[in-house]
Amino acid sequence: MATTVTERAGPTSRTVDWRGLLVGAGGLIGVLGLYLALLYAPEEATMSHAQRIFYVHVPAAWTGFLAFAVVFAASIGFLWTRRRAFDLAAHASTEIGVVFTTLAILSGAVWGRSAWGTWWTWDPRLTTTFMLWFIYVVVLMVRAAGGSGGQSARFAAALGIIGFLDIPLIHLSVVWWRSLHPLPVVVRPEGFGSGLPPEMLTALLVNVAAFTALYAALFSIRRAQMAAQDALAALREAARRPAMRRDRPGMEEGKR
Amino acid sequence: MQAVALQNITKSFGPIRALDEVSLTVARGETLAVFGPNGAGKTTLLKIAATLIRPNSGRVLLFGDDPLRRPALRALIGFVSHHSYLYPGLTARENLLFAARLYGRRDAPARAAALLDAVGLTGRADDLVRTFSRGMTQRLSIARALVHDPPILLLDEPYTGLDRAAAGAFTALLRAMRGSRTVVLTTHSIEQGVALADRVVILVDGAVAYEAANGAQDAVAVERAYAACVGAPA
Amino acid sequence: MSTLGVVRLLVWKDLILELRSREILTAMTVFAMLVAVMFNFAFSPSAQDARRLLPGMLWITLAFASTLGLSRSFVLERDQQCLEALRLSVLDPGLIYAGKLLSNLLALLVVGALLLPALAVIAGVPLGPQLGPLAAVLALGSVGLVAVGTVFSVMSVSTRSREVLLPILLLPLAAPVLISAVRATLTILAGRPWADILPGVRLLVAFDAIFLTVGYLVFEHLLEE
Repeated sequence: MATTVTERAGPTSRTVDWRGLLVGAGGLIGVLGLYLALLYAPEEATMSHAQRIFYVHVPAAWTGFLAFAVVFAASIGFLWTRRRAFDLAAHASTEIGVVFTTLAILSGAVWGRSAWGTWWTWDPRLTTTFMLWFIYVVVLMVRAAGGSGGQSARFAAALGIIGFLDIPLIHLSVVWWRSLHPLPVVVRPEGFGSGLPPEMLTALLVNVAAFTALYAALFSIRRAQMAAQDALAALREAARRPAMRRDRPGMEEGKR
Repeated sequence: MQAVALQNITKSFGPIRALDEVSLTVARGETLAVFGPNGAGKTTLLKIAATLIRPNSGRVLLFGDDPLRRPALRALIGFVSHHSYLYPGLTARENLLFAARLYGRRDAPARAAALLDAVGLTGRADDLVRTFSRGMTQRLSIARALVHDPPILLLDEPYTGLDRAAAGAFTALLRAMRGSRTVVLTTHSIEQGVALADRVVILVDGAVAYEAANGAQDAVAVERAYAACVGAPA
Repeated sequence: MSTLGVVRLLVWKDLILELRSREILTAMTVFAMLVAVMFNFAFSPSAQDARRLLPGMLWITLAFASTLGLSRSFVLERDQQCLEALRLSVLDPGLIYAGKLLSNLLALLVVGALLLPALAVIAGVPLGPQLGPLAAVLALGSVGLVAVGTVFSVMSVSTRSREVLLPILLLPLAAPVLISAVRATLTILAGRPWADILPGVRLLVAFDAIFLTVGYLVFEHLLEE
C-alpha cells in the first residue's frame, strides 16, 4: 500500500521554480506599480493625493472577484470529479479571496471617507462586494466546522457555486432597489478607461497586473501547503497501519 | 454469477483509510457474517455494497451489474441498519405503507399487513413507532427492509441494543424470513452471527484478516480466530 | 412510482408528521409573532412610518422563521437516519429535494399568511385591494427562500454545530430574493401602479427559477456521505 507524496517541499535543481518566478515577477511589477501610483500618475483634480488609494482599491476588488471565480470553477470541478486537488484549490482561493476583498472594502471605505465624507454607502457595487465577502467568510466557517469525510468539502463547494452565482443576482436586485432611492452622490466610474487620463490608466493597469501576479503566487503557495499537509497526514496514517499488521498475533493493548 | 461482488474496494475519509483493497464475494442464497472490532470498516463496507457510499476505487457488482451505472439496481437491496430507518411519529403500518409505496408496490396495504403479521406486530400495527421497544423496532425494520421483496438483504450491526432474548428472537425471525435471499450481516455478536451464517469473514483495520472455508463454523473456532486476528477477546 | 407520485408521498409523510406534532409550525408562528411585536416596540412607528417599515419587518421575520422550519425539517430525517433509507429507495435525489422543498414551502406560506395580516393590524396599515399582489409577492419570495434554504438545511443532518450555520448562510445567499421582495412589497403598499411593481415580480420569478435549478442540481452531491 503505497502513499505517494504528490507535492515536493521545494523545487529541485531540475524543475523550474514557477512559484519563485511568480513571486519575483509580482514583486517587480508591484514595485513598478507603486512608483507609477505614487509618483508617476498625475494628481487628481478634486481629491488630490488621497485619491491614490484608488490604485489599491480597484486591483484588490478585481483580484477578489478573480479569486472567487476560481473558487466557482474549482467547486464545480470538485463536485464533478471528487478530486481532492479541486477541493484544495477552492479552499486556497477562498482564503486569499477573502483577504483581497477585505482589503478592497477597507480601502474603499477610506477612499469614500475622503471623497464623500462617509465611510460607507449602499451603492450596488459596494453592497455586492460586501455580500460577496460575507458569503465567502461563511464558506470558511463551514470548512472550519469540519465534519465527517468529504462532507464539509462538498458543502463548501456547493456554497462556492451558489455564492458566485449570487453575485450578479445581488447586484441586479440592489440596482432595482436603488432606483427607488437614487444616491445623492454620483459614484465616479472606477471603470477601466472611462474618463481617465492615460497616465492614470497605465498606473491602474500595472497595479492590477501586480495584484494578479500576487494572487497567483499566494494561491500557488497556499495550495502547495495544503497538499503537503494532506501528504503528511497520509504518511502518518500509513506509518500507523503496517506496524499494527506486523504485531497482530499475540499483541497486547495499545490499539483501540 | 455471484449475488454480491466487491472488487478491490478502497475508501478513505480524509487521511484515514477505512477500507484497503477489500475484495469479497457472496454467492446467491448464501448468508455471510462479517465480524470485526470497532473501526474495522464493517459499516463502511456494507454501505458501499448498498451504494450509500462511493468508494475511492474498486467496484461493486450486484448480480454482475454495476449499481453506480444503473441506479435502478438499488431496488435489489434491502437494508437493515442499527438505526431503525423508521419515523417515530408514524405508526408501524404507516411506515410500511410509506416504504411500500415509495418502491412502487401497488399492493401496499396488503403487503404491509402481511409483513406485520410475519414479524408478529399486527397487534401494534396502529401504534406510533415511538412507543415501541428496541426489539420491536428492529423487527419492524426487517419488515421495512423486505417490503419490496429484495433478493439481497444487508444488515448492519442489527443486534445493537438488543438483550439476549430479543437477539434470539431476531435471529429466529431472520432465519424464518430470509428465504432464498442473499444475506450479508455485520455484527459484534459472534454467537448470533454464527447461528445464521453459511460463511464467516473477519475484518480488521479495513482489510480481510480471516476468511473461513465453506461450511458452518462453531462459535468457539471463530472466537479463537477472532482473538488471533485482533489480539484481544471480542 | 411516478415522479409526481413520489413527491406527493414525501410531502404526505411530512404533513402527517407535522400535523401530529405541530412542532415546526407552532415554533415558526410563535416566533414570527414575537418578532413582529418586538419590532413594534423597537420602532413605535407612526402610521406613516409603518407603511415604510412593514415590508422590511415582514421579510426579516419570515427569513428567520424559515431557518427555524428548515433545520427542524431535516432533523426529522436525522432522528433514525431515515434520510439514508430515502436515498436507498428514491432513485432521483432531486425528488427528495422537491419533496422537502414543498413541505418547507407549505409551512412558510402558512406562517406568511398569518404574519402579514398580523403585522398589518399591529402596525395599523390597511391591506385592502392590494391583497392579491401582496399574496403573489409573498408566494414568490417564499419560494426563493425555501429553494436556497432546503439545499443547505441538509447540513443540519450531519452535526449539531451545522444548524447554527444555516441562518448565517441563508441570509446572504437568499439576499437577492429578500431585497427584491422587500422592494416589491414596499411598492405595492405605496399604492404604485402595476407597471412599477412588474420589474420586481419579474426579478423574483427569475431568481426563483435560478435557485430552484441550481438547488436541484447541487442537492444530490450534498446527500452523499
